Amino acid sequence: MNVVVCVKLVPDPDSVGQLDATTHRLRRDLAEPVLDPGDEFGVEAGLRLVEAHGGEVRVVSMGPERALDAVRKALAMGAARGVLVTDDDLGGSDALTTAKVLAAAIGREPFDVVITATESTDGYTGIVPQALAELLDVPAVTFATGVVSDGTALTVTRQTESGSETILAGLPCVLSVTAGVNEPRYPSLRGIMGAKSKPMDRWTLADLGLGGVGGAGAGQTVVSVTTSEERRAGEVVTDDGDGAHRIVLLLARARVI
Amino acid sequence: MALGTVWVFAELSQDRAATGALELLTKARSLGAADVEAVCFGPGAGDAVAELGRHGATTVRLSTDPAFAELLLGGPAADTLAAAVAEHRPDLILFAATHTGRDVAGRLAAKLDVPVIANGLDIEAGEAITVTTAIFGATQVVRTEFGARRPALALFRPKSFPAAVAPGAVAPRVVEVPAVIRECHRRARVVDRSVEIAAGPKLEEAEVVVSGGRGIQNAGNFELLREVAELLHGAVGASRAVVDAGWVPYSLQVGQTGKTVKPAVYIACGISGAMQHTVGMRGAQKIVAINKDPQAPIFKLADLGIVGDALIVLRQLRDELRSRPG
Ligand SMILES: Cc1cc2nc3c(=O)[nH]c(=O)nc-3n(C[C@H](O)[C@H](O)[C@H](O)COP(=O)(O)OP(=O)(O)OC[C@H]3O[C@@H](n4cnc5c(N)ncnc54)[C@H](O)[C@@H]3O)c2cc1C
Ligand SMILES: Nc1ncnc2c1ncn2[C@@H]1O[C@H](COP(=O)(O)O)[C@@H](O)[C@H]1O
Repeated sequence: MNVVVCVKLVPDPDSVGQLDATTHRLRRDLAEPVLDPGDEFGVEAGLRLVEAHGGEVRVVSMGPERALDAVRKALAMGAARGVLVTDDDLGGSDALTTAKVLAAAIGREPFDVVITATESTDGYTGIVPQALAELLDVPAVTFATGVVSDGTALTVTRQTESGSETILAGLPCVLSVTAGVNEPRYPSLRGIMGAKSKPMDRWTLADLGLGGVGGAGAGQTVVSVTTSEERRAGEVVTDDGDGAHRIVLLLARARVI
Repeated sequence: MALGTVWVFAELSQDRAATGALELLTKARSLGAADVEAVCFGPGAGDAVAELGRHGATTVRLSTDPAFAELLLGGPAADTLAAAVAEHRPDLILFAATHTGRDVAGRLAAKLDVPVIANGLDIEAGEAITVTTAIFGATQVVRTEFGARRPALALFRPKSFPAAVAPGAVAPRVVEVPAVIRECHRRARVVDRSVEIAAGPKLEEAEVVVSGGRGIQNAGNFELLREVAELLHGAVGASRAVVDAGWVPYSLQVGQTGKTVKPAVYIACGISGAMQHTVGMRGAQKIVAINKDPQAPIFKLADLGIVGDALIVLRQLRDELRSRPG
């Protein structure tokens, strides 16, 4: 099975994000960048598919030079090859542009399954997987909480707004996975050492035959960024047996009891 | 440039128009558009017409093709919408930022090569169409303007707008849209579907929400939250951490990638208060937090913060509520 996993480099989610005041882009200099924790589930899902059915996992990322770190981590987990699309013109790309670039990079070789997370930790537009599927002209099985395969099709349990459903999907397709779909493995020391010698390609927009798709080509412009009103903290008390009673008083004041 | 026709992509929820669609129609009416229409796909679409009309759709474009329920909706819905867009040329299409809304809008944007803004909270239409989104746990507000390409696509978080009936609405015109279902989309079939039916009020509509996080320790302890919620005629919510752990279904998730709730009182139990969670509940009138860590960020927005063991406090709360007269 040929599996492609999309991986993104994001600022460490445990640090607080901030937009640059003039460029209105995410400031990536403030936090140590890491492989998006959401994408680790995608890498794990891909590895499990090829471990069961043969083939290999290729990882694809679009981002700055440093995104090589994200690709490397996926290689250390067990992916076979990596591709980074990096180009100065890609700064500030919107979701659609991102999908176009990823589709061009993925579509260069045959694939059976393309795996993404449901949304990225920093941008969280949550529509790249679907846009990607459209550009690759395959179904998108999204919000997966469980995936099994017989080698020719996927049986996917997915979240819905009101419950869950089971999808039987032929290949090729795009699959977006939620956290909880599996338990991602840690890269082993051998994996980390081995990652250094795995094939890694670096492509520019010109290599992909894409021109004018970057930030400037986006169909939308940020016109302002402002700080919203903060909620203020009220009283914080240590529970010494009367915590529940204080809650009851608040509920009564709010007239819900 | 005057705003032409606005479409609302109306999802169905158990053969009724989903609340999100009614919220979007209500907002669409205020944009000064030439016309507001709803588009609705699914075998139950006919049953939703009256309600969509009451909320301001002058026309409902629908397809009741059974394939919309048998297949994953995203592909067929985007193809069918694309054909209808080519014929009717709306300026703007509004979607709810739900799983289905994202599946359809993401594909449609790529198909038509038009801009799309996700996670919207508000929209204005004047010289340009401007969408407000919130980032970093709603601590910063971003306004983004669409360029000239049409239709512009925008997704809005549920509860961004109140749903209200349009005064003087008449029965809408109903127009059948031919379903476009390509062979590749027949490959992804729904073979089973289950709906979680929670007792009591719906999470999004409840006046009181009792929410649990990882501090509740295990799935079994959620029973205590259910008991307290029931005594308060409220609903149970959850953080994503416990949804991912499989303790409760996704339909209970509150936050950026879950539901937005605006109850009179929100009680966060054993929830740290990550911004992806608080973005979904900071609109509550009163927030109560129980957490054993005095440094937990949730206390920064709580009206009443209790530093203590959530399970102990909840048990006492249950007992005190039970013993109240009436
Ligand atoms: C793109 C993206 C989207 C996300 N969307 C959402 C979303 O929609 N909703 C959401 O909730 N999260 C979301 N998250 C996850 C979010 O960042 C947090 O990881 C999550 O909210 C943490 O859940 P928690 O508070 O239950 O767990 P933790 O952060 O582990 O906190 C548990 C808390 O329980 C306390 N505790 C432990 N034991 C007790 C006890 N006995 N009594 C009282 N307190 C106790 C601890 O002090 C701690 O504060 C998202 C993350 C990303 C990256
Ligand atoms: N620049 C990127 N490089 C690789 N994968 C990406 C990129 N952007 C988004 N993705 C994938 O698409 C998912 C959804 O992203 P988004 O729609 O931006 O929230 C992410 O979790 C990734 O798996």
